[in-house]
Amino acid sequence: MRIPILKLHDYLLISVQVELDDQTALQFQEDLLNKIHQEGSSGVVIDLTSVEMIDSFIAKVLGDVVEMSNLMGAKVVLTGIQPAVAITLIDMGIMLDEVPTALDLEQGLDKLQQELEG
Amino acid sequence: MSVQSNVEVRTEWGIVSARQAGRNLAKEIGFSSVDQARITTAISELARNIYLYAEKGEIIIEAVEEIHSTGVKHGIKITAKDKGPGIKNIRQVMEDGFTTSGGLGAGLPGVKRLMDEFDIDSVAGEGTEITTIKWNS
Repeated sequence: MRIPILKLHDYLLISVQVELDDQTALQFQEDLLNKIHQEGSSGVVIDLTSVEMIDSFIAKVLGDVVEMSNLMGAKVVLTGIQPAVAITLIDMGIMLDEVPTALDLEQGLDKLQQELEG
Repeated sequence: MSVQSNVEVRTEWGIVSARQAGRNLAKEIGFSSVDQARITTAISELARNIYLYAEKGEIIIEAVEEIHSTGVKHGIKITAKDKGPGIKNIRQVMEDGFTTSGGLGAGLPGVKRLMDEFDIDSVAGEGTEITTIKWNS
């Protein structure tokens, strides 16, 4: 299973709509980095509105892909994390400290704009 | 209500199936969406440990109840069983941040915090059985 990555001007948009298994998550990591490279994107929004569960493995993959993209020079914002998912991550002791987040896609795009201009 | 389901874990798909079976039963029991996420996440961690360290095993998901003077308490019990290498140092695997797989080391201590009851029975060279329960408050 592949997660579609959409291009919008200098940005890439991803809405994760599938139940994330390990393989899909790792494949997505690789696909996103390749797409950033190919398109020369400066910003990425990963929307997690439909994701009902993030366990320690998926959290690590997401945290890693943010850092990897930063290394390449692209900013990533995660958006739409559900209340139940946020509570569970903190219960687990997983702090995505370094990861920029926003409530929804719209605010995520605003945040990217600010970060890239600021 | 489907009282019990056993899911064999020997591939990554087994992890997904165990999660789905857990979410379905948690919904049927009437757990809140937050507790459903906690239970599903706990199952995912346990199933992944089986896949990573023991190669195969099973996750047993069942509805449980406890009768009190004030009424009946409903819960979900998750048992993760494998015949893998076992855990040599249980205290170490329950420490936050301890990992041998390059993960976050949040798995087992995380499961303990997500659930209400947690018990590990492991014999080196024979296998591991982890039992955990979440009560619906």
